[in-house]
Amino acid sequence: MEVYHPIIHYLILVLIALGTFFTFIAGFGVLRMPDIYTRMHASTKAASLGAGLMLIAAAFYFQEVGVITRIALTTVFIFLTAPVAAHMLGRAAYLMQVKQWDGSVIDEAKGVLTLDDIPADPKAEKDLSKMDN
Amino acid sequence: MIASELFFIMNVAEIPLFTRSAIFVLGLALILAFIRMVKGPSITDRIVALDTMAVIAISIMVLYAIKTQNALFLDVAIAMALVVFLGTVAFARSFERRMID
Repeated sequence: MEVYHPIIHYLILVLIALGTFFTFIAGFGVLRMPDIYTRMHASTKAASLGAGLMLIAAAFYFQEVGVITRIALTTVFIFLTAPVAAHMLGRAAYLMQVKQWDGSVIDEAKGVLTLDDIPADPKAEKDLSKMDN
Repeated sequence: MIASELFFIMNVAEIPLFTRSAIFVLGLALILAFIRMVKGPSITDRIVALDTMAVIAISIMVLYAIKTQNALFLDVAIAMALVVFLGTVAFARSFERRMID
């Protein structure tokens, strides 16, 4: 059992507690939010923050160069990919006409994001023409 | 030395114990997200809940690495993050394509 400086020790405890809190809020929000567009708030923001805090706590706990490099990589990766995944899922949900919550006040994508505006996959057509030749 | 005497309220061996209760709370969060995955009215709700479950699982892996003092579990967390992102994007893409075609 390593002995840390007391400040580092309490910092680790506080970071773990905050990370647990935010990650629990994420799970709770995913269950309790009224529709998918609000659920994605909990899933993307709170869960990413919680995982990031937990990873920083691990960095303070291990204090080795190799481990801290991996932790930085994981944190950056989570914070880069969560918005991309949420954007694509939200877009797919809107195109599938998943209903908004009754209390929603605005739908800015109405008439802007429709199925007609998106061209068919050009790659698929190319493959078909290749097969014909 | 003085600082360490000032802060010496809690035992140093508390971190693994604290980690245990944190893992318990995260297990509850996992169950909540799982309920949404089972209930979810639309398929995208299920994917969002699955994504959340994966991030909670990543947090649990990091806590387990702290608890066992074994940094190898962080590699598992990296692999999980990579696979889950690819899965979510592939699902979203395939739904979108299915709506267009």
